[in-house]
Amino acid sequence: MLRPRISPCLLVHKGGLVKTKQFASPTYVGDPINAVKIFNEKEADELIVLDIDASRDRVEPNVRLIAQFAVECRMPLCYGGGVKTVDHAKRIIGLGVEKVAISSAAMENPQLISDIAQAVGSQSVVVVLDVKQAGKGYEVHTYNGTRNTRKQAAEVAVEIERRGAGEIVVNSIDRDGMMKGYDLPLATLIRSATRLPMTVLGGAGSLADIGALVGACGVIGASAGSLFVFKGAYRAVLINYPSQAQKDEIVRFALQPAADRAVN
Amino acid sequence: MITIVDYGLGNISAFLNVYRRLNVEARTAKTAQELEGAEKVILPGVGSFDHAMEQLQRSGMRDKLDDLVLNQRVPILGVCVGMQMLARSSDEGTSPGLGWVAGAVRGLGALMTTPKLPLPHMGWNDVRVVSRDGLFDQLDTDARFYFLHSFYFECDRVDDAAALASYGREFACAVHAGNIYGVQFHPEKSHHWGTRLLHNFANL
Repeated sequence: MLRPRISPCLLVHKGGLVKTKQFASPTYVGDPINAVKIFNEKEADELIVLDIDASRDRVEPNVRLIAQFAVECRMPLCYGGGVKTVDHAKRIIGLGVEKVAISSAAMENPQLISDIAQAVGSQSVVVVLDVKQAGKGYEVHTYNGTRNTRKQAAEVAVEIERRGAGEIVVNSIDRDGMMKGYDLPLATLIRSATRLPMTVLGGAGSLADIGALVGACGVIGASAGSLFVFKGAYRAVLINYPSQAQKDEIVRFALQPAADRAVN
Repeated sequence: MITIVDYGLGNISAFLNVYRRLNVEARTAKTAQELEGAEKVILPGVGSFDHAMEQLQRSGMRDKLDDLVLNQRVPILGVCVGMQMLARSSDEGTSPGLGWVAGAVRGLGALMTTPKLPLPHMGWNDVRVVSRDGLFDQLDTDARFYFLHSFYFECDRVDDAAALASYGREFACAVHAGNIYGVQFHPEKSHHWGTRLLHNFANL
């Protein structure tokens, strides 16, 4: 059986590993390469690394840093931050990264999705949608949430699939760092809009939150930042990740038919 | 000694890292000359089928690989698109494949009945081993591997399927014919299960 993926998401800011709240107030939580080494030992399903400075500062992807991640990382790696051209994507994949994430550039020029897919294969193209609730819908934002495209997330998801992306990451700005659970209506809305593999990010505060997401959406990617770098109510920094047995338990419970779940 | 074919595709450093941790000597080959004397070969691959075949042709290593695999019977492991290249053709493109294992590459989408599952098939899936051939030694219970693909290898002979995975329906996720092996998943990114498989390949 294909399993839901449980993927730590690491944010890189000024060379350090940080965690944000609603895309603001980055807290330094350690050395990113050291975190990768710990997630190797814990056999994490996948890793997402996002450089949150690159697009905003309009600088090129940091090739030296990416190469370091690629060498250290023993699990599939998705890298995003500052990817604006086909050449960037090719260079990053060439360093040994499995998937390259694009966000702001894809919103400005959706053709870029097709062009990158053509060059490196659809399976390696991930589009990240940073979304904020607006009335009954969700709008896509860019440049670390500083610009509102006013486009509806579900419509953009359809467009991304049509353009040939291989995966979609839906990141809730409202839930980022809040650790109160995923935005399940958002997750189910996008899940029903596209047939692409999908990962949801933003809001996970416990393994039960991951279970709730899998229960609502089925086999899906559950990504989290705070959950895997903080421990306890005082947000003490401690890199952590569920064991194989814990993961199996979450999945087994979340994917069983609702009737069985009620009896348990 | 493991020789990894470096024709510009696939995560070469990930294979080298695994073998470094296993204390198994491994090197890359970028030219036919560097392939000379190879004892065991890994053929990685990502991206589209035609692009991978073109890159391999352009590398100038094709004839030497044919000689190593077909005449000298050197064990070879194709990984992901590298496995698909072992087939005679692929529905993904128009280039002929290497034709070393009888079969053709088909789209996973065509396999699916309703409900339509997401494509590509991406993530950790269980593998059911059907041939005891050494590559899956100690991997016949509870092994799972990382997959990332939209096409699969359809074997002409049932016996060439070494392991099966299920996504919509069962398909051959590993092939084995004589000295030729292929896996659709990524052992270089599949934690201790993948490391075990690469260790097994080194010990064949």
